[in-house]
Amino acid sequence: MTVSAPVKRKSRPGAAKWFGDTGWRHLVAIAVLVFGLVPIVYVISAAFNPNGTLSSTSLLPTGFSLGNFEKLFSDPNVPFGRWFLNSLVIAVPAAFISIFISSLAAYAFSRFRFRGRRPMLLFLLLIQMFPAFLAVVALYLIFGSIGEFYPVAGLNTKLGLMLVYMGGALGVSTWLMKGFFDTIPKELDEAATIDGATHAQIFFGMILPLAAPIIAISGILAFVGTMNDFILASLFLTDRPEMTLAVGLKTLTAENSPASYFGIFAAGTLLTSILTVAVFLSLQRYIVSGLTGGAVKG
Amino acid sequence: MLDQRPKGSATAAGLLIKIGVLAVVAALAVWAAVPLIAAEAWWGLALEALVVAVIFYVYLQRRAIQLKYLIPGTLLLLAFQILPVVLTVGTSFSNYGDGHRVDKEQATEAIIAAGVQQTPGGATYLLAVGESAAGELTLLLTDTADGSTWAGTEEGLTELDDATVDPTGRITAAPDYTVWDLAELNERQAELAELAVPTGPETGIKVQGLSAFEGASTRSYDEACDCITDSGTGTVWYADNETGSFLTEDGEAALVGWRVTIGADNYLDVLTDPDIRGPFLGIFAWNVMFAAGSVLFTFAIGLGTAMALNKPSMRGTKVYRTLMILPYAMPSFAMLLVWAQMFNRDFGLINELFNLNVNWYGGTWSARAMVLIANTWLGWPYMFLISLGALQALPSDSLEAAKIDGATGVTAFRKITLPLLLIALTPLLISSFAFNFNNFNAIELLSGGHPFGAGDAVGGTDLLITYAFRQAFGSSSADYGFASAISVFIFLIVATISAFMFRFTRNQEDVYS
Repeated sequence: MTVSAPVKRKSRPGAAKWFGDTGWRHLVAIAVLVFGLVPIVYVISAAFNPNGTLSSTSLLPTGFSLGNFEKLFSDPNVPFGRWFLNSLVIAVPAAFISIFISSLAAYAFSRFRFRGRRPMLLFLLLIQMFPAFLAVVALYLIFGSIGEFYPVAGLNTKLGLMLVYMGGALGVSTWLMKGFFDTIPKELDEAATIDGATHAQIFFGMILPLAAPIIAISGILAFVGTMNDFILASLFLTDRPEMTLAVGLKTLTAENSPASYFGIFAAGTLLTSILTVAVFLSLQRYIVSGLTGGAVKG
Repeated sequence: MLDQRPKGSATAAGLLIKIGVLAVVAALAVWAAVPLIAAEAWWGLALEALVVAVIFYVYLQRRAIQLKYLIPGTLLLLAFQILPVVLTVGTSFSNYGDGHRVDKEQATEAIIAAGVQQTPGGATYLLAVGESAAGELTLLLTDTADGSTWAGTEEGLTELDDATVDPTGRITAAPDYTVWDLAELNERQAELAELAVPTGPETGIKVQGLSAFEGASTRSYDEACDCITDSGTGTVWYADNETGSFLTEDGEAALVGWRVTIGADNYLDVLTDPDIRGPFLGIFAWNVMFAAGSVLFTFAIGLGTAMALNKPSMRGTKVYRTLMILPYAMPSFAMLLVWAQMFNRDFGLINELFNLNVNWYGGTWSARAMVLIANTWLGWPYMFLISLGALQALPSDSLEAAKIDGATGVTAFRKITLPLLLIALTPLLISSFAFNFNNFNAIELLSGGHPFGAGDAVGGTDLLITYAFRQAFGSSSADYGFASAISVFIFLIVATISAFMFRFTRNQEDVYS
């Protein structure tokens, strides 16, 4: 039996052998790609569609116009620029600060041994299974009363929303980073300590630069997650010019908005995605290792 | 790269930074204390002082260094994750919601104000109506005498700055409020007729058409019988402290009640009330189906694609992989909205491409198929990436050994590759299940819970989380207590899943290593 298998393969003609080895792989890949790319092609087609209505949009573009993009920046009812800015103003600092905070915690978990370390780590894994929005009612009450004392951080403020996002800072990214920090040899710390470096100097001067890739990935995942958040943003920011992209673009597809807004919406989607797609593609190597790293290193 | 200066000067620089940071903390603390002192919120002040004291202690001590790194995240975690969870649990034991927003005193005042009759010479107002961000009905009033603007709720009257008014003086926009247009005003006139704004022990503001007036009430509260008597109509409402409402002798409740603890009633309702239990079980079953289906389909497609592309000698794998990341890189909220449009019955792409005429949003199962298809599209690239990563990390010797032993494609996959993959990927699969279990975005942005039967509060594609969200913030009357109870149910379910995950992965680790 061990002999018969290779013999059978050898006797196959060349084309069939190629198909059996490689051809089917291309078939699968192309079939999946069709499924994967149809909605994206459709968005592109809709964004350049001169009419901008859903009914006049088909999969492949029938006309070409930049009208939708122009309207995105000229229609007073669609403050796209403001939305984009709002999203960035909220997501960039929130991602930065939360990654900084969780890298601090990851350093503590990776380099120090103290009582309650393991329970705390497990607790972090557990609490991040409860997404913040499950407690929307409570968050609503909390920020209602914060707003009474500090109007800058109450409901309908960007700062309040950022605080909520940062509340989830300690979570999955702490685990990811701790896993990475663990792979940095402890001997380096010891050598630095002997040279007279303090724990802060070791962290900022050595660990952080060495862990740059994982920090970049965690930051990007945090950033994209914040950009995509809909529920908290829709709860916190209700004034039209204050909305984020997710909340604002949703209003363009609402039932009572004009039919021609679909094209504007598609154009907005396209512009939004340029940012994230560029980031993902340039860092795809790290993303793959970052995503699996969590599982393999656990 | 490392600072090699002697320890003294190194800590001096560090000391300066530390002093700077602590100074900022102290400045923030002073800034934060001012409004608390002004409002005489002593508990808040004590809490703030405690937090500041902890921060100063942690950064000035030298023994427990790990605390210096843990404290920033821990404080945020406590304030914005753990406190909300605790409050959610607390709210779930109360009747908090529309009609039960205020305390008993305020409820009494509101009921008395509802009996207001116009008195000669009382203030009159131009009326606009808005909803606060919390969905609370608010009268936006312009005093006809001096043009000052006010916001009135059942809790009382507050001066409103920065309101935009039209030439007649009526408020057209105000920060933090969604102002109703005339059509909505007409439609919801009944709600307005019941609303009254208390301005004093027995005076209040009531709505009349498009204006409002202040007057004296014919109702009064009597502490002896804990009841409110209307001298005009002779109606008497007795306080029921268990349900937090004033009831007439016929058991009819006054419109405004107050907030009380009602014990486990919200939970018991889910378990015993047939009107709630039936839909709840239905949602739960679909919720599990949705999460399991999403994981299954995305993993099947992702793994299949990864297997196909996991051949180093194959040409074009890089291009394929780059294109396959695209759906993952697109902003998911926007793509969900695109999918929602693609399933449009009349003009959508899906019906057009396949020459169908399916009303996707109309039927329960077509809507469910729709959300699963769209959610699979969103999720498979992630599964593809992690499967590819795990496949490439598989120990090649066991596969070669299998080949030598004569295991061909399917057998090798089933007996060797898949079990090894599952060991590595099970934690990710389970967290994907937990994520999809609460995938609010997918449902809210795709179907909004549709289809709804006539008069149903539950839609065919509703998940527990979208259902709870609608209970709390939807257009129908808000019931925060019940919504919180459902949130706690979801907590428990997800916690069970995570506990299961820990147990499961730990067992596997033992096997693996």
